[in-house]
Amino acid sequence: MKAHRLLPLAPAVALLGSGWFANRLEPRILGLPFLLAWIVFWVVATSGVMGLVYRLDNRSTDA
Amino acid sequence: MNASLAVIGATFALAFGLGLLARRGKEMNLTQWAVGGRGFGVVVMFLLLAGEIYTTFTFLGASGWAYGRGAPAFYILCYGALAYSTSYWIAPAVWSYARTHQLVSQPDFFIQKYRSRTLGTLVAVVGVVAMIPYLVLQLKGLGIIVSEASYGAVSSSAAIWLGVTGVVAYVMVSGIHASAWTAIVKDVLILGVAIFLGLYLPTKLHGGIGPMFDRIEAVRPGFLTLPATGQSASWFASTVLLTALGFYMWPHTFGSIYSAKSADAFRKNAIVMPLYQLVMLFIFFVGFAAFLAVPGLTGTDADLALLRVSVRAFDPWLVGIIGAAGVLTALVPGSMILMAASTVLARNVVYPGVDTNDPRVGRLAKGLVPVVAAAALWFTFHGGNSIVALLLMGYSLVTQLFPSLVCSLLPRNPLTTAGAIAGLVAGELTVAWITMGQVKMATLLPAAPGWVQDLNVGFVALLVNLLVAAVVSSMTRRTQSI
Repeated sequence: MKAHRLLPLAPAVALLGSGWFANRLEPRILGLPFLLAWIVFWVVATSGVMGLVYRLDNRSTDA
Repeated sequence: MNASLAVIGATFALAFGLGLLARRGKEMNLTQWAVGGRGFGVVVMFLLLAGEIYTTFTFLGASGWAYGRGAPAFYILCYGALAYSTSYWIAPAVWSYARTHQLVSQPDFFIQKYRSRTLGTLVAVVGVVAMIPYLVLQLKGLGIIVSEASYGAVSSSAAIWLGVTGVVAYVMVSGIHASAWTAIVKDVLILGVAIFLGLYLPTKLHGGIGPMFDRIEAVRPGFLTLPATGQSASWFASTVLLTALGFYMWPHTFGSIYSAKSADAFRKNAIVMPLYQLVMLFIFFVGFAAFLAVPGLTGTDADLALLRVSVRAFDPWLVGIIGAAGVLTALVPGSMILMAASTVLARNVVYPGVDTNDPRVGRLAKGLVPVVAAAALWFTFHGGNSIVALLLMGYSLVTQLFPSLVCSLLPRNPLTTAGAIAGLVAGELTVAWITMGQVKMATLLPAAPGWVQDLNVGFVALLVNLLVAAVVSSMTRRTQSI
C-alpha cells in the first residue's frame, strides 16, 4: 500500500461531510451558494487527485 | 407534425440506424454481443459508462430535485465523484478477473469467486428484480419527455411503444455495440443541451446565476442549504455513501466493466468522469430557474420542471432538441439494461453451467430481449403503485452485493460462501421489509438523537448483511477446519 493512494480520502471526506463543513449560503462564490461551490470545488479536486494518483502509480511501476 | 416532433423523430431515426449499423463486421457470439469482445478502448468505455450514468433520472430527476427540494439535490453531484475514485481500484480488479475466467455477466463473477452456483442464481435474481423497475423508470421518463416536448402531439404510451420496439430491434442485432454507438449521439446532445440550458435560462429569466440564487433565497429562505432535520447533514453523508457503494453494483454497469480492452481505461476514466459529472450542476441551474419561472409543480410533477420551463422559453425546434436529448437518456441505459437482464437470465438462470461459447446461450439471450421488454412494458402500463415500491428498492437491492464483492477482491476473503449467501439474503429481506413497511430510522430508534434518525435507512440493511455474513462465515469456517 503506497501512501499516495490515501490521497483520494481527502475529497471523499470533504464531500461526505459537506453538510457539516459547508452548510452555508455565504460567502457566495461566482454567485453560487457556498455549499454548492464547496461541492463543485471538491468534485473538481477529485479529478485532480485521481490524476495525481495515476501519475504517481505509473512512476512507481517504471522505477 | 410540429418542428419539435420532427427533430425528435429524426434523432430517434439516427439512433436506430446507428444501433443497427453498429453490428457491422462482427460475428455476434455472446461475448461479442454482451461485452463487446472485451475490446473497447478508453474513449468507448468513457461513452458507455457516461451513457449508463446519465439516465432520465439525471435529466428529469436532478432538475426535479433542485426544483422541489433545493440543496438536498446536491447529493447527486457528490456520489459519482466518490464512486469514480473507488472505481480506480475496483474496476481494474473486476476486469482482470473477468478476463482471466472469461466471464460475461455479473453473477458469473460471484459464481467463480465463491464457487457457488446457488450464490450466482441469487445474484441473478436480485439483479433482474432490481433492473426491471429501473427499466420501467426509463420508459416512463421517455413517455413524459416525448409527450411534453411534442406539445402533446404524441401520447406517452405511443412514444413508449415506439421507443421500446426500436431498442429491442437494435439490441438484438448489435448488442452492446449498439449502446456504444448511440451513446456517442447522446453524450454530444446532453452535454450541449445541459450547458446551454443551465447558462441561458438563469441569465434570460433571472438576470444571471447570482441574481437567480438571490431571488430564490428571498422567496424561500433556507432552500439553498440543508435543513437542520430531515434531509440534514447526516442524511446527506449517509445517502452519498450508500449511493456511491451501489453505483457499480448495477448488473449492467458491472457487466460493462468486462468490455474494456485494458485496465488503464478505468484509471483514466476515474480522472475524467468527475469533471464530466459537472453536467449535473447545469441541470441544477435549470431546476432552480424553473423554481422561480414555473412554480406550483408538486410531488412527482416536479420532474416536469425542466420540460415545462423549456416549453415556455423556447421555439419548438429547440424544444425538440431538448426532447431528443431526453429520449436518448432513456434509450441508452435502457438498451444496456435489456441486454444485461437477458444475458443474466439466459446464462445464469436458464443455462447455468453451460459453456459461454455454446451458441444456445447466445441465441437465448437475444431471444429474451423482447421478453424482458414486454415485462417492462406490462409494468409500465399496469404496474400501478406496486412498481413505485420496487423502484425505491432497486438501488438498495443491488447495494447489498457490495460487501461480498469487495471481500472477494481481498487477498484472503474473510467471507465463506455460506456467509456471503446468508448475508445477502438477510440484507435483501431487510431492504424489502424497510421499503414495503416504509420503515424509518425514527421508528426503529425513537429515542436516538436527531442525526441518527436522519441517517439513510439503507444502512440498516447493509449492517444486517455484514453482521450475518460475518457470523455465518466464522461459524462455517470453524466447521470447515475441523
